[in-house]
Formats: sequence, C-alpha cells, structure tokens
Amino acid sequence: MDFERLLCSTGPHEGQILRPSDKKHPHKVAWIHCVGSRQVTPGGNSYCSSVCCSYTQKQVILAKDHLPDMHAKIFHNDIRSYGKDFERFYQRAQKLPDVHFIRSYVSVGSEDPVTGDVSIRYTTPDGVVEEFFELVVLSVGLVPPKDAPRFSKVFGIELNHHGFCKVDPFNPLQTSRPGIFTSGAFQGPMDIPESVMGASGAAVQASFLLKSRRGQLSEDRVYPAEKDVSEEEPKVGVFVCRCGANIGRVVDVPGIAEYAKGLPNVVHVEESLFACATNTAKAISDTIRDKGLNRVVVAACTPRTHEPLFRDTLREAGVNQYFFDMANIREHCTWVHSKEQEAATQKAKDIVRMSVARAGKLEPLDEFSLPVDKTALVVGGGIAGMTSAHTLAEQGFETYLIEKASDLGGMASRLHYTLEGMDVQVFLKELKKKVYRHPKIHAITDAAVTGVDGYVGNFTTTVKVKNRVRTIKHGAAIIATGAVEYRPTEYLYGENDKVMTLLEMEGRLAKQEEKLLAADSVVMIQCVGCRNEDRNYCSRVCCSGAMKNALKMKSLKPEVDIYVLFRDIRTYGFREDYYREASNQNVKFIRYEPQDKPLVEAREEGGRSFIRVTAADPILGRNLELDVDAVVLAAAVIPSPGSSEMARMFKVPLGPDGFFQEAHAKLRPVDFAAEGVFLCGTAQYPKHLSETLTQAYGAAGRALTLLSRDTVVASGAVCDVSNDACISCGACVSVCTYGAISFEETPRGRKARVNAVLCKGDGLCVAKCPTAAISLSHYTDGEVFGQIDAALETV
Amino acid sequence: MAAPSDFKPIIVGFLCNWCCYGGADLCGVSRFQYPPYLRVIRLMCSGRVDLEFIFRAFAKKADGVFIGGCHLGDCHYNPEGNYDALGNSFVAKRILENVGVDPDRLRLEWVSAGEGIRFAEVMNEFGAKIKNLGPLGSSEGREVADLQAGLEAATQLVPYFKLVERERFRVPKRTEEGYREFFAREDYEPLFKELVLDKLTMGRIMGALRAGEDSAGAIAQKLGVDPAEVARHLNLLSQQGMVRIDGSQVQLALAA
Repeated sequence: MDFERLLCSTGPHEGQILRPSDKKHPHKVAWIHCVGSRQVTPGGNSYCSSVCCSYTQKQVILAKDHLPDMHAKIFHNDIRSYGKDFERFYQRAQKLPDVHFIRSYVSVGSEDPVTGDVSIRYTTPDGVVEEFFELVVLSVGLVPPKDAPRFSKVFGIELNHHGFCKVDPFNPLQTSRPGIFTSGAFQGPMDIPESVMGASGAAVQASFLLKSRRGQLSEDRVYPAEKDVSEEEPKVGVFVCRCGANIGRVVDVPGIAEYAKGLPNVVHVEESLFACATNTAKAISDTIRDKGLNRVVVAACTPRTHEPLFRDTLREAGVNQYFFDMANIREHCTWVHSKEQEAATQKAKDIVRMSVARAGKLEPLDEFSLPVDKTALVVGGGIAGMTSAHTLAEQGFETYLIEKASDLGGMASRLHYTLEGMDVQVFLKELKKKVYRHPKIHAITDAAVTGVDGYVGNFTTTVKVKNRVRTIKHGAAIIATGAVEYRPTEYLYGENDKVMTLLEMEGRLAKQEEKLLAADSVVMIQCVGCRNEDRNYCSRVCCSGAMKNALKMKSLKPEVDIYVLFRDIRTYGFREDYYREASNQNVKFIRYEPQDKPLVEAREEGGRSFIRVTAADPILGRNLELDVDAVVLAAAVIPSPGSSEMARMFKVPLGPDGFFQEAHAKLRPVDFAAEGVFLCGTAQYPKHLSETLTQAYGAAGRALTLLSRDTVVASGAVCDVSNDACISCGACVSVCTYGAISFEETPRGRKARVNAVLCKGDGLCVAKCPTAAISLSHYTDGEVFGQIDAALETV
Repeated sequence: MAAPSDFKPIIVGFLCNWCCYGGADLCGVSRFQYPPYLRVIRLMCSGRVDLEFIFRAFAKKADGVFIGGCHLGDCHYNPEGNYDALGNSFVAKRILENVGVDPDRLRLEWVSAGEGIRFAEVMNEFGAKIKNLGPLGSSEGREVADLQAGLEAATQLVPYFKLVERERFRVPKRTEEGYREFFAREDYEPLFKELVLDKLTMGRIMGALRAGEDSAGAIAQKLGVDPAEVARHLNLLSQQGMVRIDGSQVQLALAA
C-alpha cells in the first residue's frame, strides 16, 4: 500500500518513486510475497490474501514504467494468477527486462549503514545468495477490519475463525443473521470484480425484503431548464484530464491545454487531475454556466465508459447533453504510445483538435422514452441461471429459463460436495424444486435459443423446443450458459481406465466406488489442458478441487498415498486451510515445470498392472518414479460449445479464451456493453460454486434495476429525412431491417420517413442514400467531414 | 521507394463503436503498444462509412485510411452494416486504383471488443505498411494535386456510384464468401468497368480539360491513364458533343 501511494500521481512525490529514507530513486527493488498470509505459526493468518500476487505484478509493471532501468526481483511462493486474464498479466510482468521472479523463501538481513540498502538472503539452485536492494516492498496480506469484533456485536452477526464475516456457504452474501447481508472483502480477501458482483447481489437480496416499498424513496432528478443556444456562436470549453499519471505522465498536458486555447471557437480551457471525480464534474458544470459555454470537449478516456457521466454534467449546467464530445487521449493515446512521449503529445493535440471541430458542428437532440417489458429471460439452467431466475421471480418478475438439456442442473449435477463439506446435490435438488414450482418461472428444457431481436427493454427471442418454435418477449436477458470440462488427450486419458478427470473422481468418490477405493496410491496431475499455449488461462477451481477430492479420499481410506503434481497451488482465500490440511494428512505435493511435464505409462509387472508416473522433482533435482493405481487429471474448465453462436445472437463479445467478455473487467463484471444483457457463472470465467452464486445474485440485481423501471431512454442519435432531397429511390428502406423507414405520401410525392422509436442509429441508410437526403443525427456528414479535415489539417 | 525515416504517417480510422473502438480501448487498457499514426473517428457502425469519407480523407492527404468493424456475423446491428463496409471497401479500392491511389492504403479489418491484442497487431502491421509506402503519392509516383483531382472527380460521382450499386451490384448473399464470389465474378469486372470506372475516367478527362490540358497525350500523362483509353473516351465525349477535337488539340465544347 505504501508503494502504491508512491506510484500514485497524487502521492507524496507526485508519482515519482523515491526511497522514503533518503528520497533517492531506487534502481534495485525487491518484492517479497505472502507477508502476513499463509502463515504456519500458531495465531498467524493461515489464509491466502488472494489479491497480492496480481497486485505485486501490477506494481512491478507500473514501477518499470516509472523507472525503465529498474532491476526487480520478486520472491514468491506459488503465483496465484487465478483471475480472468491474470495469467497473461503475470506473463507480461515476467517478460519485462531485468525483472526476475524467484521462487524462494527469503530472510531479510541487515541494512547497510552507509548506503541504506537492505540485504536479502534467498535460495537458488546453486545455493543461498545474499543480495543488497535499494528498496524492499512487502506484499502484506489482508486482515479483517480492526473493528470487526465490535461490528459483530452491534449487528449480532458471527465472525468466522479468521475474524472475517461468517457467511452461508450456499449464499455467500448472507450473514449469520437473517436480513443482514455482506459483500466485499469483509467476507474474506477478495478482488474488485468479486466485490462488485457481491455488492450487486447483496443489494438485490436486501431489495427482496423491501420489495413492497420499492421506489418510495426514489426521487426524480430535476435538471435545470435547457438553454436555447441556437442563435449563439459555438463557445467551446475544453477540459484536459491528467487521469492521475495515466495521461499526465506520458503527454504534455499543459502544452495540450495551451494548444487548445488557440483552436477555433474555444473560449475556455482547463486542466484537471481527475475530470471524472464528483467534485471536478461539479466544477465543470459550474464553469459551463459561469463562462456561458455551449459546447464541451473533455480530453480524457473513452466515451464508452465516461460519456454518460459528462453528458450528465452538461445537463446539470443547463446545456443539451449532445453538445458534448470526448477526446480519447488515454486508451487511444497515452496508454498505447507510452514510450513515444513527443509523438503522443502531438497525437493528443490532433485528437483534441478533431473533437473541437466536431463539437462546433454538434446539434442539440432530444431523447425519448420507450416502455420496458417487465419479463426476464435467463439462458442456461445451471446453478447460475436458476439462482438468477429465482431471484428475479421472487421479486415479482415473470422469468423464462431456457435450458438445452432435458433437466435443470448444469455442471452442478456432477458436483457432490464442496471443499467446506456441504452437500451440493441436496442444495441442487432444493433449488430445482423451487425453480420448477415457482409460478413466475417458466422453465423450458430441451430448448435452444435460435434468434434474438430487439433492444434493451424490448427483446424478442425465438426458442426452439423440440420441434416447436416459441417467441418470447422480454426486457432483459441474463446469459448463464456455463462451461464444460476439457476432455484430455494427454496422459492416457480415454485409453486406460485408471486415468480419470477430477470430476469423474468426485463422482466415483461420492458413490464410494470400490474400484477407486481399492487404489493404494493415486497421482493427481494439475493444469491439464490450460495454462498452455492453446488455453492461456488458469481454470481457477482445480487446485481446490484436488484438495477436496484428496481429503475426501483420505477420509474414506486414510492409508492411501496421494501425490499431487502441480505447477502452482492456487488455493486462494480460506481454501488455503484445506491445502495445509491435505499436507498435514500426508498428501505429497510435487511441483513440475511446464516444459518438463510428468510422463505417464501403463505398466504390467509381477502380475500387477499399474501406472508409472515419472516426474522431475525440482527440489530434489532428480526424477521420481511413482507406480500408482489411479491417475486423476485436473482437466481445464473450457467455454461451453455454443458460446460463439450465443454471443452472436445476443450481440455481445467473447474474450480471447472464448468466455463471455463483460463490459468492464473490474467495474462492470456482470454487465455487457450492450444494454439489457447481463452475465453470470462460469460463462464468464471458471469459478467456484460460491462465486457463481454471488455473481448470479449480482446479475439478477443488475437486471432488476432495469426491469423495475417503466421506461428506458432511447438515444436521440437517430435518422431523419429531408423531403426536399428525397427522390424516393428506396435505398434506405431496403437496408433498414429494423423497419424504421417507410414511404409516406406527401403533397410532393412519396417520401421516406423515419420512425425514431425503431431507428437504432447505425446510419447504414445514410451511406446508401444517393442524394444525402437522410442523415443520422450526431454522426452527420458535416460532423464527420469536420473530423476528417481536422485530423489532416497539419498535413 | 523507401520512405524517409522521419516520415510520420497520418492514418484516418473509422471505428465502429461496438467492436473495433472497444478493441482499441481494450488494447489501451492492456497497454499493448502501436505506432502513433491513427486518428480515430468513432461511428456507430462501419456501414456508416460513406465512400465520400474515404475519398475526402485521401484528398486531404491522409497516408492511409482504416475502417474497423465487428466480425462478420457479429455486427451489433440487425442490418449487419459490416457487410456493406466490406462491399464498399471492394468498390473504394477499385476507384482509388483508378484515380492513382495505391489501394493498399485503404484497410478494412474486423476487430471485436475483446481483441485488444489483435487491434495492436493490425495497427503495427498496417502502420508499418503505410510507413513503408511513404507519404501519399510517393509510392504511386504521382503528384498529390493530380491524385486530389481524381478524388474530386470520384467524390462528384458518389451519388451515381450509390445508384449503380443499388441497381446493378447488389450482393445476393450476406456471407463473406458471397461477397468475395460476387466481386470475383467474371461478368462483374466488365460491367463495373463500363458503369463505374469509365464514367469516372470521363469525369477525370473533363476535369483535366477544365484545368487547361489541351492534348490527348498530356491528358493521358496527367491522369496516368493509357493513351488509347483516353482516345476512346475522347471519341465518345466528342460524339456526345462534350468536347471538340481538332487534330491533336482537344477543347471543352462549352469553352469554345
């Protein structure tokens, strides 16, 4: 945290990394992982703090940006890059020049009295090394809030033995006291996306209790009356955001501001540290009013996330919100040209110039309201989909639940117990019953979505059920199509019946299958089919899955020998306790390197058929031969086969690994950029049952905020036809498959007319119109020409 | 020819909001680096990109034009405007070639909002390509003013191109294969030449005459068009009474 402050442009040295003791730029920096977490000492924090591995990697990447000649060593135990895209993030940190990840315990030696450097002793394959570093950063773990015990007393909620909030394993947002919910790291160490999902999920559960009073406290926001500026010359205000160091460190912000002052129509220019901060946005509103601005350009980040916020700023100032343009100088400039500061500054000036040119041509537009169909559609009848559907139905909304199989359940029907020992089948049976019996849930099995039409608030989805086609109208949709287990092609899977996947092992253990229990020795191989070139991600659940099944097997047959061959053990959070438990029960953990995978061969010796697993032990430095009776593969969790088809129909994206891509990895983990469509469960990324439940509540919560409204606002950026220029050729009518354009008889003959409610503003018709009779507001030819000309003005 | 190393190309990019713009954003979020040549204009759909946008950008001396849309089949909009962007790019490239602009300076790519890395790859690759071609006109070996005159003639004809496209060149199958097949069809080529390129060449000849050229040879040289082609068009134009030919001298009929 101290180091994070140093990196921050609002920090003590305005983003310069200076050593606290003598304010020198450090060039040799060490990070030490797992400080205060994963402790084995009595009374220590035994759990894993979940976030520090990626946190450290972020700091290394940022520090390297600040100090390009920095040498860094990161001393770590297991690297736990279990989150979505974290594996790639780890690789990025690893690939930086002069950055070395070293798997070693360390001891911090002494401080050199002259230089102030600190020595660290660590082990290498060649023995113990002592090295001096100018700065040492400790990846200190997370602990429960100081006043947790007081909180627990005041609210009458229990804490768990780690001192965090105790939750119901089958509803991780529910505290021990009904009516009190929790979200975020009070449940235990967690990252931003899980916290955001939980927050939304806790809100929806609280809102269920309050549903009879819904909307009673809501107040409509009142905006000042809109100023008519049609007679005014454009008066453009330009606000250049530094975004902390994100923009300010790469480009010359004062230079850009100075440049903007000289652009046509610009009457006011200002710099800000964070334009999106509430107080800054308020100040922008005031400035608009005080300076009489009628056009605003904010040079900052992407309009895809921040345009709504600044449009609101304009409304607060009594200016039509369409008089706004964002110059994206972060995502499209400073973040992608961070090494070319001069060229990036020039480009940022060009981007601002284009925006100012566009702003001068913008026109005021009115938005209009469309009714919301208060029905939800949930695709996927696993735990995620059922939980979402049930939550929405309980709140009084008709919900259609579409499942392709003949019964609900999904992947959970193959799960039998959780790491914490809960019975999944009992839970599942209960949930299925609640869903099937709920009068507001229409569960449709053996069904496939074949088409999706419409838009937020008003979708029409066609579903094929056996040989019948049904049409369902709904206002919101939740995609919960899950994931599947990878079918290994390696390690004799499918060739030898002694080789099985983790899920298969779980099934056999649940049945107490004799053949498996007859095994005297078992090898479990982790990371099968992922963390490789084909699937560059971690399947997140398998390490804990291995612990779960190893412990289960041990409980059924204590004398069995279990060997787990792993790359990094990723039992994050409280799951770490089970790793320790497995280790205490004499489960052997042997690490392997990806380039030196275990070898598996079926053998027959002395009348015994067994499997010989050969693994290189990096600690002992030699090959181990394990002759065992069963081999269990932690097969990857992979995207469900119909994902790309589903993504296409709902017009939402998939990420590089084939999982659905949420609108924002951290801040909008259950939304899609396309409005009205939400996401939960393993369709987004592999996750544990408890995490799936949290996200399912979260997605329901997001859908609920939409469905509880009577109307949605539709953009004013729609098409319009000039009757004078229309030659009624029909080019526009024929391309508009929304049916938004039709011919209308006028005194001057047949003319095309746009139904603004149906128009979605793609502007295809405009590109087809030979006489430029049809135009798309906010993206007119004139506005685009202005941008083209401005882009090339300096050429 | 090799471009000077200090050449900093300007590429005008038309990015659809839903996919490619999102991909460019994700590219930024992921800090993938690419050269600072692109100037982005955000549109809601790649199908909104008018032929005129492309010609205007080149006429204003853009070194490259980039159009980025959703993958085919993934368009955010029901009318699937990215197919029209594909069709337009085929047509635009032929017209650019006709007026002397290297068609490789126009690039259409599909990048989804999840493909930050792909956006960087495309930008690195296209950026290097344009850098290598050098400033507009240099790889073509043509005066920029001549290219601009050609682009102006093309711009004048955009309404006509749109009508012809609608009447004669509607692609029957909305698949990538369908588009590629259509534009590779045997009967497409002569028809496109007759209906589009010949009209364009005639427009350019008239433009050259207006600018004061006076012989068929000079016109051919100026426009970079085969002299025989110029002669054929002049003949047609003279039959229509648009020009007067007097030996090797050519005049606009109206100017006489």
